[in-house]
Amino acid sequence: MTQFLHKAMPLRKIAVAVLAFATLSSPAFAAGEAKHPRSGGFSFESPFGTHDQAQLQRGYKVYREVCSVCHSMDLLSFRTLGERGGPFYDSHAASPAENRFVRAIAAEAQIADIDTETGEPIMRPGIAADRFPSPWPNRTAGAAANGGAYPPDLSVMTKARAGGADYIYSLLSGYVDPPAGLRVGVGQYYNPYMAGDMTPFWDGDPDKVPYGGFIAMPPVLSDGQVTFDDGTVASVDQMAKDVAAFISWASDPRATERKQTGMGVLAFLAIFAGLTYASYRKIWKNVAH
Amino acid sequence: MAESVVNPEGPHGEAPEGEATRRDFIHIAAGAAAAGAGVMAAWPLINSMNPAADTLALSTVEFDTSKVAEGMQLVITWQGKPVFIRNRTAAEVQQATSVNLSDLKDPQTDTERTKEGHQSTLVVLASCTHLGCIPTFGTGDYGGWFCPCHGSHYDVSGRIRKGPAPINLVVPEYEFTAGSTIRIG
Amino acid sequence: MSGHESTYVPKTGVEKWLDSRLPIVRFGADYLSLPTPKNLNYWYTFGAILSICLVVQIVTGIFLAMHYQPNTEMAFASVERIMRDVNGGWLIRYVHSNGASMFFVAVYIHMLRGLYYGSYKAPREMIWILGCIIFFLMIATAFLGYVLPWGQMSYWGAEVITNLVGAIPLIGEPILIWLRGGPAIDNATLNRFFSLHYLLPFVIFGVVVLHLWALHTAGQNNPVGILIPKDREKKDTVPFHPYYTVKDGFALILFLMMFAVFVFFMPNALGHADNYIPANPLVTPAHIVPEWYMLPFYAILRAIPDKFGGVVAMFAAIGILFVLPWLDTSKVRSMRYRPTMKIFYALFVLNGLLLGWCGAQLPDAAVVPGMPSFTLIDGQLNSYLWLTRLSTLYYFAFFVVVLPLVGLRETPLKIPLSISEPVLKGPDAMSGAVPASAEKKG
Repeated sequence: MTQFLHKAMPLRKIAVAVLAFATLSSPAFAAGEAKHPRSGGFSFESPFGTHDQAQLQRGYKVYREVCSVCHSMDLLSFRTLGERGGPFYDSHAASPAENRFVRAIAAEAQIADIDTETGEPIMRPGIAADRFPSPWPNRTAGAAANGGAYPPDLSVMTKARAGGADYIYSLLSGYVDPPAGLRVGVGQYYNPYMAGDMTPFWDGDPDKVPYGGFIAMPPVLSDGQVTFDDGTVASVDQMAKDVAAFISWASDPRATERKQTGMGVLAFLAIFAGLTYASYRKIWKNVAH
Repeated sequence: MAESVVNPEGPHGEAPEGEATRRDFIHIAAGAAAAGAGVMAAWPLINSMNPAADTLALSTVEFDTSKVAEGMQLVITWQGKPVFIRNRTAAEVQQATSVNLSDLKDPQTDTERTKEGHQSTLVVLASCTHLGCIPTFGTGDYGGWFCPCHGSHYDVSGRIRKGPAPINLVVPEYEFTAGSTIRIG
Repeated sequence: MSGHESTYVPKTGVEKWLDSRLPIVRFGADYLSLPTPKNLNYWYTFGAILSICLVVQIVTGIFLAMHYQPNTEMAFASVERIMRDVNGGWLIRYVHSNGASMFFVAVYIHMLRGLYYGSYKAPREMIWILGCIIFFLMIATAFLGYVLPWGQMSYWGAEVITNLVGAIPLIGEPILIWLRGGPAIDNATLNRFFSLHYLLPFVIFGVVVLHLWALHTAGQNNPVGILIPKDREKKDTVPFHPYYTVKDGFALILFLMMFAVFVFFMPNALGHADNYIPANPLVTPAHIVPEWYMLPFYAILRAIPDKFGGVVAMFAAIGILFVLPWLDTSKVRSMRYRPTMKIFYALFVLNGLLLGWCGAQLPDAAVVPGMPSFTLIDGQLNSYLWLTRLSTLYYFAFFVVVLPLVGLRETPLKIPLSISEPVLKGPDAMSGAVPASAEKKG
């Protein structure tokens, strides 16, 4: 038995080495740090976790009624909303494109197109295959309307920010009045969860530079701003949480499928490893080594 | 292979020749798992070449057939392929229905190829059933289409009448949704 | 393959016909029956794991290339389209992106194993040199591939790394413009990077074939580090198949399980979030870091205060590996019998991890916050700048000072005569044991 343990050692060393390498990839914060995001207690964060469909529907509503006024989601198609695991998945629909909710949502949107006969630019109702329309004709127009800061596209936002859904939730619900001694520029807002370095703008104790950074987005959420169809009270915290969940789903619509596949793959590999190890022991049985 | 190589006497076959090879379940099971792993790894790769979700989402198209003038055709695209939408004159419909089925290579009546109440409208895929070229409108010996590539003649119902094409121009799945509007696919 | 007589006997007529025209079956059979030292431990399984890594990267890459658009306007969206709309595309893409990291995990372990057991020493120098070429090509391929998703890190990584070429005096600037295909990183750059990223893995494949050829010519090293005399071959070796196919296979499955944990449960943990922001030539990310496997070399680059000097040092850090077989003066291969060297080796491994850690830090940041410090030449002593410099110094000192000197001065332990005989068999068994110099001729 001790011999076996001795042999297992290198593998443990490998694991340690790998862990050590993995931790190296996390970059350090800049001199000024952002506040560590609060947990949104999301259902989808665990290896087995899935999205809560009601939450995704509420989140979509917040996106549609609040965020989409300024933020595009260029990579999202209406049909994706009706895919398995999506906010409007309906097991009775033959395909996401024929999902009645998806068709109704798509038809509400006006999509820029070209008339097939006259060649004139027209606006037509959306179909399931269309992408979410952008609120801006182009990037420059979006920046010009927002004091020079283009509202970033939200398609992959939770993948594009360290902290993911927790970060979005914390940021949206985390606006506070700037601490006394912090000089906030015109068109800027203070948020402790925003990345940045407040040192140059801080007149107070140099050892107590506040967390966070400046953000061009004003605090947009207010209690009761959205009326949820399922009767959930639309507090700022609730809306921030729900829209963070929706953006998280939108950033990686295959996440649930991925994790479920992963469980199967790992189970298979575990059995495969067991069989191969038994075969290995048998083959090496008579070799002194 | 493994079970025949493994030799109870040692790794180099020092055992006497001709010893019976024992079927060893564990090696077969491990080998089968390896083969299974290979197949399971290959499938997503092969499947990735199938049409993607965005491609499939565009698999239906709607079109208002009243845009086609009588006696003319319009070409629209469906799934990246051209489709003929032909608004036939009464004389052409008459010509199509009066054909004797025994004269046809691929017998089909004109009513089978059109929708009830909309017999003047013919919807066919614009690719010759021979090798896929696009037949030209209103030419050929039968007043329908003529394929310039290898000389197939189609009649006003899109049926093959002469030439190498094996079957009639294909009528796609479609239905009239409202008035003169059709949905293909 | 020399050193191993062919035992393949064609049985059927078809096999005989083929064998006299193209002995490919004989080639495969000889490969599988190659006598392999029977004492190889799990560290020796990484060669097989690496070959699978290469195959996985090439195969997934081929399928990704069927959907990827090498155009600055479309590249980012095409990668996301693969992740959303292509059947199983998310799996293929995540395997490919995490596969690069797994490839480097395996190659670093493989290289450190070779360093520990002296696998680079005569007669195996060519195996080592070919391996160094593979490693260099891997870095190039990984860098080119990282540019393709056209995120912020892709763009700015390409900007920074191509600028290294610009550091070359006089000819740097024209070469830089030639390399990029214009004054800035743009569509021309992305297109050529895609082309080269597709090409290089096949070059790597070719060098891997040479690496294996050299391995089978010189013979496999082993943890004891001695050559196996011809008369002991039967006792000390086993045929590669099934003994090592099953052992490598078992290790491979364990490796794949770790790989799967990353792919399925934390696919973006090894990457940087900024690479999910589409490339923007007008905005530099706050903190540019390369992928983790480049960090030690990135740290060395930044340790040198001079632009060209930094580039030279970084390439020297890889280049010095090529001459390693001639820097080590020891007659003993395996560090198992070199207690002094073992300590320096452990320090070298830790130092490599430290360099990687330093590569991810801001150079001016304090190593120990709050600790009193003073300015030394061009920076605070208590800063990553100086820690990186010390670390870089040890990296090079290990090769140019430690390896030559320790080899001359140390007293190695007694080496067993053969790998079958345990070391502790009493003084009689040891009497014939001599350092590896004598058996070099054998």
